[in-house]
Amino acid sequence: MTDQAQLLPGTLDLLILRAVSLGPLHGYGVLLRIGQISGNALLIEQGALYPGLFRLVRQGLLKASWGTSENNRRAKFYELTAPGRKRLREETESWNRLATAIGSALAAQPEEV
Amino acid sequence: MKFLAYLRSLATKFFHRSQTANDMEDELRSHIQLRADDLERSGLPRAEAERRARIEFGGYVKWKEESHEALGGHFMETFVQDLRFSFRVLRKSPGFSIAAILTLAVAIGANAVVFGVLNALILRPLNVPQSESLYAIERGTDQAINHSYPDYLDLRDRNRSFDSLAAYNLAPAGLDTGKDLSSVWVQEVTGNYFDVLMTQPYLGHFFHGSDEHGPNSAPYIVLPWAFWHSHFQDDRGVVGRVVQLNKHPFTILGVGPPEFRGNLAFLSPDFWVPLVNQEQVEGWSSLNERGNRGILMVLGHLKPGVTPVQAVADLNSIGGWLEKSYPKDDGQMTFSLTRPGLAGDWFGRPLRAFLAGMMLLAGLILLAACANLGSLFAARAADRSREVALRLALGSSRNRILRQVFTEAVMISIVGGAAGLAGSIVLLRGLSVWQPLETAPIRVPVNPDAKVYLVALLLALASGFLFGAVPVRQILRTNPYEVVKAGSIVRVGRRMTVRDLLLVVQIAICAVLVTSSMVAVRGLVRSLHSNFGFEPRNVMLVSTDMSMAGYSGDKVPAMQRRVIDALAAIPGVKAVGSIDRPQLHYGANSEIVFADKTTDLRPANAAAEPMTYKISPEYFAAAGTPLLAGRALTLHDDKNSPRVAIINREFAVKLFGSVNGAVDRYYKRTDRARTQVVGIVDNGKYASLTEDPQPAMFLPILQAPTSATTLIVRSNRDPQQLTAAIKSTVRNLDAGLPVDMCTWSQELNDAALFASRMATVSLGVMGALGAMLAITGIFGMAAYSVSKRLRELGIRIALGAQRNEVLQAALGRAFKLLAFGSAVGLLLGLLATKVLAFIVYEATPRDPLVLAGVVLAMALLGLVATWIPAQRALSVNPLILLREE
Repeated sequence: MTDQAQLLPGTLDLLILRAVSLGPLHGYGVLLRIGQISGNALLIEQGALYPGLFRLVRQGLLKASWGTSENNRRAKFYELTAPGRKRLREETESWNRLATAIGSALAAQPEEV
Repeated sequence: MKFLAYLRSLATKFFHRSQTANDMEDELRSHIQLRADDLERSGLPRAEAERRARIEFGGYVKWKEESHEALGGHFMETFVQDLRFSFRVLRKSPGFSIAAILTLAVAIGANAVVFGVLNALILRPLNVPQSESLYAIERGTDQAINHSYPDYLDLRDRNRSFDSLAAYNLAPAGLDTGKDLSSVWVQEVTGNYFDVLMTQPYLGHFFHGSDEHGPNSAPYIVLPWAFWHSHFQDDRGVVGRVVQLNKHPFTILGVGPPEFRGNLAFLSPDFWVPLVNQEQVEGWSSLNERGNRGILMVLGHLKPGVTPVQAVADLNSIGGWLEKSYPKDDGQMTFSLTRPGLAGDWFGRPLRAFLAGMMLLAGLILLAACANLGSLFAARAADRSREVALRLALGSSRNRILRQVFTEAVMISIVGGAAGLAGSIVLLRGLSVWQPLETAPIRVPVNPDAKVYLVALLLALASGFLFGAVPVRQILRTNPYEVVKAGSIVRVGRRMTVRDLLLVVQIAICAVLVTSSMVAVRGLVRSLHSNFGFEPRNVMLVSTDMSMAGYSGDKVPAMQRRVIDALAAIPGVKAVGSIDRPQLHYGANSEIVFADKTTDLRPANAAAEPMTYKISPEYFAAAGTPLLAGRALTLHDDKNSPRVAIINREFAVKLFGSVNGAVDRYYKRTDRARTQVVGIVDNGKYASLTEDPQPAMFLPILQAPTSATTLIVRSNRDPQQLTAAIKSTVRNLDAGLPVDMCTWSQELNDAALFASRMATVSLGVMGALGAMLAITGIFGMAAYSVSKRLRELGIRIALGAQRNEVLQAALGRAFKLLAFGSAVGLLLGLLATKVLAFIVYEATPRDPLVLAGVVLAMALLGLVATWIPAQRALSVNPLILLREE
């Protein structure tokens, strides 16, 4: 657990969008999915997920509906809307640009300068 | 789109709050259940699994709050929560809440009253159609509002800027409705008056310009609605009835609409009659005298598209023509425009200045109240630092706490504002029906309107935010761990805190108010004992007008003589004299005079413009005015003998160089008559108490007849008995002659001292309010600092501190602040009273009594305010105190 990384501010929304883009999920499912696709490398306080989810719903990027979970509990399921899909694409691109830039900056060797 | 969606979600949240809340609760709970299921599957017992799931979820309430916020529509909900919470908090400390609400109620009430008067007299347009294009015409550099009737006719017929011009004059008259005889104020107006003001009758009809066919051709009366209501009991049959006005029959044509009170904001006439009938109403007529500027005001609507500048240019070109055509009568004929509501700038300007000053003071009071409440709030915030720290530790955001504090402040300010407004409405209603002077139809309709309510609300909100903002820094700096660990820490700082500064500001404001009210009171007291040029004590004024009983021509002086002789015969009466209008009465007359050798009698060549009085020979004896040189007038100074006059010292010095050199010399009046000076009297006050020495001349009534008669009856008898005796004496002479009576002191109080009395009363009220606020402010601070330092004081006492040392420790700071604030306030107050000198006679700040008074008052305030905290500090029992902690 100790080697888990703190989330950068603003990246939780991107992770939620990505998790939901792989198929409709309830809140707990989103958390599990993020753990799964990130190799459990990220530290997310469970409750912190919900303000993010509601914010995305309010922005029209996700839509929610009540359903039944795999073990027969009532749960609210989230899926991506068309604007949500578009936003995910844009955010992914800009994240990649940022990551590449920072990565190459950090990898720079003295002789390259 | 986004905004619409936000609104929709807000609306949903607002109306289905519980449903959304339940929905969210369900979802979070389902999350914990799902997690617990997983943990259970990994081998934990169900109860343990659920406990772990809840721990892993984190701060449940915090995430719920944040989720709420993320959903939008949070604002209203939090607001309602805050409101409920604030209400509970305030209810828990009723003393604080009541003190805060009362303070604000007083401060906002004072502002609402002053603004209400300002609004009614200055901001609110006259209640006539299209009042924005209605202007009155002022003349010359001294902006005189009066004109002569022939000049008015020329202005009306020759201008191209106004739709039409109306004119009017005010005069008292005797009204006989057949049932009773009363003295009333009439507004003599030109025939087109109602048409110019575009007003329609409520009942019957109005007179028009076409009804005028020369002098006394239109004996008609139009009643204002209020007079019809009060004197004719809403009798609709009044139209067409004939009443006697000064013994002349006048027909009542109609009644004006309820909202129409003429064109003056502060004065409502008892009725309107055509100006062409001036001779019947006033006993004489100035309609043909171009040099007699007896018309009070000329006014009219500008034509559409004509600017005031163009209109002034137009009027000035007519003025140039008048100067050339009538050099003898028309001197400087330049014109300017003013609003008609306040009778021009000579009255409007001081009134505006006074009201602006009052508004400033009221604003200062509110500021002081805010400073007061701000420091109370800061003190409370310090006391509540534990609560704040606890809330912060439980996950509340600082924003949320600040919002709650502001909600509390605004709640107090709104309740206080509402209470203040309610009080001010009662006061303003009272003012509206108040008639300050018995002898003039002054009524000030200052009923509050929407604007007053709005201003009160805005002031309440603004002050709420102002004093709510004081503890902000304190809350932002709160460190929850420190406070929870160590308890609320009180640092007894040596440096000046915001709270100290606020207290100093407040005390300074209070000292300004106390200083100016003391200066005003001193000025008023002194003006009561100043030299008027006559002795008002033990004098009864009997005012009447011979024309009211139908006397004219030679019958007037004969009747005046009979009245004077009859009154002088009443037992106990020492002297009786008559004057046309008493000195210091409003509406003093003046006329220009020329040096004896001047032959070209145009206004530009005038040597002086003395106040002009017409007196009987006994006047000076009755009034108690000493003769400096020469002789008094006699009954032989009549129309068959040479013209003579008595002048005052100022006139003598101005025209002849000295008092003694003036006797028996001559000067000329506008009618070219050489007038010989036979006597000199000392200077007096004529138009106002604050005036510089004015020249004045006193003419014998036998040579300058007038029907206006005020009898000066000097007697040591009891005023009530005297009044009855005078009444029966006059009735025996002519039962149809109405008389008004009051003592001269009373009359002075009403007319001459009215402005300074009003100023003194208003300043006194403001000063009292300021003092009250200062007391609560100092009390709050002293009580707070004593309660915070009880332990320290206990230790000091235990270690053997003396009473004065304890007091020094507990209250020294409060007294230092008080002294500093008072000094600042006193200085500012002395500067401010220079303004006062314009209204209040001899209002000088350089008065040792005032200075001593202010210092004493502030010291007393300090003593009163710190008495209870001091007692508390002295009664500290170190044993009990130390055991408690």
